[in-house]
Amino acid sequence: MRAPSILLVLAIAGLAAACGGKPAPEQPAPEPTPAPAPAPTPAPVDDSAERERLENERRAREAAERAAAVKADLAAMINFEYDQATVRSVDQATLDRKAAIMGANPNVRIQISGHADERGSDEYNLALGNRRAAAAKRYLESKGIDASRMEVVSYGEERPLAQGSDEAAYAQNRRDEFAVTAGGDSLVAPQ
Amino acid sequence: MTAPSRFAPFAFASCLVAFGASRAAAQDTSQVNEGVRVGVEYQPGVRPGLVVLPGAGLDSARAIVRRDLDYTDRFEMIMLADAPTGSAGRGGSESGGVNYGIYKALGAQYGVELTEVGGGGMTVRLHDLTAGRLRNQQTFTLPSPTAPEYRVELHRVADEVTRWASGTAGIAATRLLFVSGGRIYRVDSDGETIMPLTPAGQTALSPAWSPDGERFAFTQLGAGRGAVLVQTIASGATAAVPGTATGLNITPAFAPDGRLLAYAHSDESGTDIYLADVVNRCCAQRLTVGRYADNLSPSFSPDGNRIAFVSTRAGPPQVYVMGKDGTDQELLAPFDYGATGSSNAPEWSPDGANVVFHREVAGSPQLFLVNVSGRRVRQLTSSGRNEDPTWGADSRHITFVSDRSGRRQLWVIDVETGRVRQLQTPGAARLPAWSRRLSRTAVAP
Repeated sequence: MRAPSILLVLAIAGLAAACGGKPAPEQPAPEPTPAPAPAPTPAPVDDSAERERLENERRAREAAERAAAVKADLAAMINFEYDQATVRSVDQATLDRKAAIMGANPNVRIQISGHADERGSDEYNLALGNRRAAAAKRYLESKGIDASRMEVVSYGEERPLAQGSDEAAYAQNRRDEFAVTAGGDSLVAPQ
Repeated sequence: MTAPSRFAPFAFASCLVAFGASRAAAQDTSQVNEGVRVGVEYQPGVRPGLVVLPGAGLDSARAIVRRDLDYTDRFEMIMLADAPTGSAGRGGSESGGVNYGIYKALGAQYGVELTEVGGGGMTVRLHDLTAGRLRNQQTFTLPSPTAPEYRVELHRVADEVTRWASGTAGIAATRLLFVSGGRIYRVDSDGETIMPLTPAGQTALSPAWSPDGERFAFTQLGAGRGAVLVQTIASGATAAVPGTATGLNITPAFAPDGRLLAYAHSDESGTDIYLADVVNRCCAQRLTVGRYADNLSPSFSPDGNRIAFVSTRAGPPQVYVMGKDGTDQELLAPFDYGATGSSNAPEWSPDGANVVFHREVAGSPQLFLVNVSGRRVRQLTSSGRNEDPTWGADSRHITFVSDRSGRRQLWVIDVETGRVRQLQTPGAARLPAWSRRLSRTAVAP
């Protein structure tokens, strides 16, 4: 949807430029004289309000995209080695980013859910998932995030992300998921 | 089992003999002395032939009893393809009309005769064909064949015949709980009468019988948390176990007194075992302090004094044991650090001698026994995934989950003969729990 809307913006801007520029404000847009064309040809408009509206839209969109990126960083999963609950060094940057975001957004609360692959005992995997979620929480605490802003839950192997019984699927399923439970509406990016 | 394959049966048999011997030693020295067998000792490898005699009527009853006796794995079942019936099979007055010679010639030591009597009863006779005499006789009152408890009463008859012939009652009048598609189901020991006990659309796990068979505990999993509930089977009523309202609470196990229940509680400090009183509904007491390690899957010794459990205190999960108050924690099943696979799901045998569990071998769980007094570990299975074992009341049969048929199903192994049979369920099944012998109140509809 993004490409067409940009094209539309260019088309409108082009038409506005072709009309020679800057009619009086508040003036209603004149109907094209020849015929009421049913085709969705944009009429020449008083484009300052429109330009402002588009600029606002653009800003809002960019802000939303930034917020979405922040939200995505906050939700980014981390993975674990088989039967391990230790945060891997490659995932520390992911958690550091979350810590920074939570630092910049003090109202944000998250739930960390631990998951396991289908190997291992069904019941043990619930405890293992809990340990994985708790490991991420402890890491974030060590980065200064208050413990009361993070809750841990475990689904064990009950909610696999990837189906299949191979290492590729297992590796995806050994994970922590991060869900924002409060304060996620107006996220700001950390400095 | 390192012997060449053609010697494998012999090696297996000798291993079973050794197992029987170690078990006898366990009875001499173990602190746990409840459930010691009395009466005729079963001789491994020597199974007396048994034939269920043909007769008039009672066809379905005869089929049920015959299958129950087969599933005891205590008898060599003699099947009668061309059964001698009528006058051909009748003998003299001593045998009550049964021609001992014919069945003895087929290799049978015992003959079981079922006779219909008026008023819905059935007389059962156990003939000792070798000795040439009637050994036991009893008349049982049976409910209508359409009554829900009819099959269970026949299982009781089979269990009694097993006692007459072997000295130890059978375990046909028992039931199993298992999980399929998030629901807990109940099934008779012979695979019949499957019925759901928990509603659809929920995630129930880890069913555990109360000793009287009238209730069961389980985890109700929801949104990554879960309470342990105790459900009364007859009414369907449930109640949350004290201390399980918050966090994730898993792997419940009743103490033999039916009053105390152990379970594992998970929160951000790890997973630890607690003990609560489910009758007075109070007094959750913490038994382990894991400090970021996991302690779970408790299972009581039959005298109620000790608890086998899983702990990750040394890294991968392994099987430990402690007093019921959490004292004297020690390793139960020896392992080589860095070499032995994860071990889980321990369950103490009803006779107290062994704890069964599963342990990862080359990436697949296999069933193992650890002898409680000697701490010797013995592997029971070797092909496919075999996990989540649960003991039968006779301490020789174990139901477990295996994918040997292609999907996870329930299987039953006899640890003395190695015989394995499938317990058919419609869908994939996991986390089985086997009841003790059920009283009549426990199976009342």
